[in-house]
Amino acid sequence: MKSAVIVFPGSNRERDMAHALKLVSGRDPAMVWHAETELPPGTDLVVLPGGFSYGDYLRCGAIAARAPIMGPVRDHARKGGLVMGVCNGFQILCEAELLPGILLRNAKMKFLCRDVHLKIERSDTPFTRGYNAGQVIRVPVAHGEGNYFASEGTVGRLEAEGRILFRYTDAEGKRDPKSNVNGALNSIAGVLNEKLNVLGLMPHPENHVENAVGCTDGRGLFAGLVAHFAQAA
Amino acid sequence: MKARVTVTLKTGVLDPQGKAIEGALKSLGVAGVASVRQGKVFEIELEEGDAAKAETTLREAAEKLLANTVIENFRVEVTASTPAEPAAS
Repeated sequence: MKSAVIVFPGSNRERDMAHALKLVSGRDPAMVWHAETELPPGTDLVVLPGGFSYGDYLRCGAIAARAPIMGPVRDHARKGGLVMGVCNGFQILCEAELLPGILLRNAKMKFLCRDVHLKIERSDTPFTRGYNAGQVIRVPVAHGEGNYFASEGTVGRLEAEGRILFRYTDAEGKRDPKSNVNGALNSIAGVLNEKLNVLGLMPHPENHVENAVGCTDGRGLFAGLVAHFAQAA
Repeated sequence: MKARVTVTLKTGVLDPQGKAIEGALKSLGVAGVASVRQGKVFEIELEEGDAAKAETTLREAAEKLLANTVIENFRVEVTASTPAEPAAS
């Protein structure tokens, strides 16, 4: 699996992401600066990492979404290539209109830095084939603007088309207001585009890939991606 | 020419910042505040001298970047024309 991690001014989770990708796939990702105008040849997976690109100026991800590298990222997605945005990366994908909706300020206004439980809604995607549908995993969140919002029509379509991949739940997989840490509509933590090849999620699976940190629940996402590309090859 | 783009949250979109400001105003004893919604104002100077063309440019700027129309509305207004060069005496 050849992956590329896009680095924007103000990204700060790119090394965590690179570490997880290397650990699970055995291959260092290319680190691609936002001002580049092409992706490395043969890139399978593009990852937009977390952070505070451009200091969250204007709106989170708004300026990064218009960076030169986003043209090639868009082309990659259009051709069916996989793109994953985590945290600020999710915000950038929404601002770039590669994913519907937007991430608003957390409903209770606090920056959240804690573990959450996520329910995997389906396992038949390249991003979740390392899990079982309905499985609950524990991963950290670290964001101030993760409150997913979209029009009623859009959310209805996401639900109907099975494009909500992760939801905030309790440890048993039940949705309730307490588990929905940031107030997201329908407890949405991660969504897919129409073709199911672009994923955005607020939590950080890349931070739960090693026993040293006490949890490896995030590893399945990377292992699933590796399996996806191994099968395709 | 000078212009202003005002970006406001659409009705129904949660605005926790506005709520916090509203609460702060109430705790300061500012009486009669029913509700607060926070928005953004952009003061823009344009090279364009024609008001209609300026408005087209501003709308493009708002749609492409200044506002996210999923949650925000915007209004553009030309606030002052650049005075003509004084005639040579």
